[in-house]
Amino acid sequence: MTAAKPGKKDRRTVFVCQGTGCVSGKSIEITEALARAVKEQGLDGIDIDFTGCHGFCEQGPVAIIEPEGIFYTHVTVNDVPEIVTSHLRDGKPVERLFYIDPVSGQAIPLYKDIKFYSMQQRIILRNCGHINPERIDDYIARGGYEALKKVLKEMTPQQVIDTLKASGLRGRGGAGFSTGQKWQFCYDVKAKQKYMICNADEGDPGAFMDRSTMEGDPHTVLEGMTIAAYAIGASEGYIYIRAEYPLAVKRVRLAIKQAEKAGYLGKNILGSDFSLNMHVKEGAGAFVCGEETALMASIEGKRGMPRSRPPFPATSGLWGKPTTINNVKSLATVPVIIARGADWYAGIGTEKSKGTCVFALTGKIANSGLIEVPMGIKLRDIIYEIGGGIPGGKKFKAVQTGGPSGGCLPESYLDSPVNYESLTEAGSMMGSGGMVVMDEDTCMVDIARYFLSFTQAESCGKCVPCRVGTKQMLDILERICRGEGVKEDIALLEKLGNDIKAGSLCALGQTAPNPVLTTLRYFKDEYEAHIEEKRCPALSCASLISFYILPDKCQGCGICARECPADAITGGKRLIHVIDQEKCVKCGTCLEVCPTRFGAVTKVSGETIEVPKEPIPVTAEKPKAGTAT
Amino acid sequence: MFLDKSRQLRQNCSGQYTMSKVNSAANEKERKHIVKETETILKRFTRKKQYLIPILQGVQGKLGYLPRESMLKIADYLGIAAIDVYSVVTFYNQFRLNPPGKHSIRVCLGTACHMKGGYITLDAWKRRLKIDSGETTPDREFDLDIVACVGCCTMAPVTVVDEKPEGQVEPTRVDGLLLGFGYEEGKKEKEKSESK
Ligand SMILES: Cc1cc2nc3c(=O)[nH]c(=O)nc-3n(C[C@H](O)[C@H](O)[C@H](O)COP(=O)(O)O)c2cc1C
Ligand code: SF4
Ligand code: SF4
Ligand code: FES
Ligand code: FES
Repeated sequence: MTAAKPGKKDRRTVFVCQGTGCVSGKSIEITEALARAVKEQGLDGIDIDFTGCHGFCEQGPVAIIEPEGIFYTHVTVNDVPEIVTSHLRDGKPVERLFYIDPVSGQAIPLYKDIKFYSMQQRIILRNCGHINPERIDDYIARGGYEALKKVLKEMTPQQVIDTLKASGLRGRGGAGFSTGQKWQFCYDVKAKQKYMICNADEGDPGAFMDRSTMEGDPHTVLEGMTIAAYAIGASEGYIYIRAEYPLAVKRVRLAIKQAEKAGYLGKNILGSDFSLNMHVKEGAGAFVCGEETALMASIEGKRGMPRSRPPFPATSGLWGKPTTINNVKSLATVPVIIARGADWYAGIGTEKSKGTCVFALTGKIANSGLIEVPMGIKLRDIIYEIGGGIPGGKKFKAVQTGGPSGGCLPESYLDSPVNYESLTEAGSMMGSGGMVVMDEDTCMVDIARYFLSFTQAESCGKCVPCRVGTKQMLDILERICRGEGVKEDIALLEKLGNDIKAGSLCALGQTAPNPVLTTLRYFKDEYEAHIEEKRCPALSCASLISFYILPDKCQGCGICARECPADAITGGKRLIHVIDQEKCVKCGTCLEVCPTRFGAVTKVSGETIEVPKEPIPVTAEKPKAGTAT
Repeated sequence: MFLDKSRQLRQNCSGQYTMSKVNSAANEKERKHIVKETETILKRFTRKKQYLIPILQGVQGKLGYLPRESMLKIADYLGIAAIDVYSVVTFYNQFRLNPPGKHSIRVCLGTACHMKGGYITLDAWKRRLKIDSGETTPDREFDLDIVACVGCCTMAPVTVVDEKPEGQVEPTRVDGLLLGFGYEEGKKEKEKSESK
């Protein structure tokens, strides 16, 4: 983990992260400034380099100084002179840029001591953040393409497939189907032309691990794919990358060129008689195109609509030819399994779910970012140990896994292990690996509505239950969030949800009701509060909340009136300010800007607070804030 | 919430929508420009239907949207019906039927951004620009759209302004960003106070 660049033992390297998150924090400028400063000061033995995402974008832009392994967070261009003079020249690391542990409040200088990383086990992301993704030599120096050599020189396709089967690897694209088995199906079909596809469409609106893998370590995906193509007997490969990922497209294209030049791709790979021609296809923005049959339709230039299976892609896939399609993470695991052996891999994880899984941990959590953990880890360990718990002393409410197709699990599931079976049993799923943590301020009805609005809009429209049914469910949920729900809605939602699951062709429709069904199962009280009391317990649904300025607290400073985007606040110097409830758009700005020492703005649901009708002087005899219903 | 006009079309589209409603060139000069650029892109591809999406991506990359003239030309080139081109265009979120504004505003409504109030930010943009998502201001200064996660969730709520992700964009920052463009109207509007 702490290896500096190969062959340059006494040199030091500053690796600046140039993943998408850090680039938006100006990490390219930081890299340039570092290079300039090192040159200006005439320092020897120091290389300035960049890497892909470290998975800790929250702390970005980040930089690691190797071989010491010092980890800097929130670096700006202004910090560059100090890093160069104090650390690189005088050997005194810049303490104020160390990572601060959110629980203990301690500054932690070394990358390997940070809990966020030390509890992880990185196999898929093994190289991300440690190599320059635009240099094939960096990948090779860390053992890259050794697995491909071994496969081409020593193994038959059937041996490769058997190894995969023995490793127990299951697809990381959602369904969790045995990868070895999938390859076997395609291998068994005799055909002149077969295709290998890498699914990099990653449509889940809260997951970005496939992207980070392609941006941070593109060659591992290519190597895995080449091994897969050899195993099934494909001579053409397609990587289907989501349109919103321009950097990933760029790095994968570059990697293909480098691999072709080095003889790892193209004609007669490494002198064998196996050839593979690799293509990149850019998606055009449709979640449903992540579904394998839709994806193939899209490559063929059609509307990306799923079709019924059988025939499975293994017999009739792209242009009717036998095709295997695997997720980025599944393929990125393949070279490691070949290199370290099936037994080693099968030793990680649980009985039925082997290896590691990657999650994009977001929401109300202290350390958000990409994590890779062994299967079987408890949700509690992910959230409280790696994630550092819920910030702001708030209470945990739920964790959502599986993206828009998954479900929300309550606190009672925190101690259950994470694997394909247990999550499905609880009504959620492993899915693509989004993991969203919710606290007491998150409204479960609104979250269910949010996810459904996403799947509803992304339904391809082929099946009536999916197209029309999800719309009906969404209408009901919107009504409930507006405070217009009726008692019968809950039963109706349950019925619709189950019918849609039963009557849809592809997994989009089959899973779309999950967020609604699980919140109904675990958080029914919140639905009831919305419907019966017209109250949003989390104070989140705009139609059910109101903002008030408490007359006994307002000091008439006028900040809220200035900031209110709707001009809903009247007042004046030293006057108690009043919110016009008709005009208020419930944006919450006033609550945020009111100085904490006054704390005069309050948010309520299901109650009204008595306030003066018009602004009155602060000094005047004022009515005490009282609650009326 | 995610639904905009072209997406609704996706779910209805089966030919009863004609292309007559699609944006066309405003004048002869623009038409010539469109035809010329489209032809340049077409030259890079052979006449195979599998290239339809890359062609559309190429043309949109050049023109910023897909005008009627381009779609007709492409259909002609590939030897397929115009409605088949249109049906692919309306299926994928990436394709735009409206000419782009000078500045593009993309409000993230991914999960993390939603939880931090991305929808409130979207409302603020709509209110200030007086357009809906998927539309362009009449002066073609701004176009507004939504995206689902741009991978900077830790900076939520995110708005991507001209390709640059801006973090913590709450309604007050919307005004700030607009002022940065010299969009004074935002301020004037505010003084006049909002009418519903
Ligand atoms: C609506 C929908 C979206 C999907 N999105 C993805 C995706 O973004 N990435 C992915 O790898 N698989 C996705 N899948 C799963 C694929 O259909 C397929 O199962 C997977 O790519 C197989 O690869 P694996 O065996 O390596 O998991 C999606 C499925 C559905 C129904
Ligand atoms: S279930 Fe929905 S997305 Fe899937 S094929 Fe049917 S309509 Fe399309
Ligand atoms: S919530 Fe927003 S709109 Fe309502 S009064 Fe406060 S600042 Fe104004
Ligand atoms: S982009 Fe730098 S840590 Fe993710
Ligand atoms: S949810 Fe907005 S950037 Fe990810």
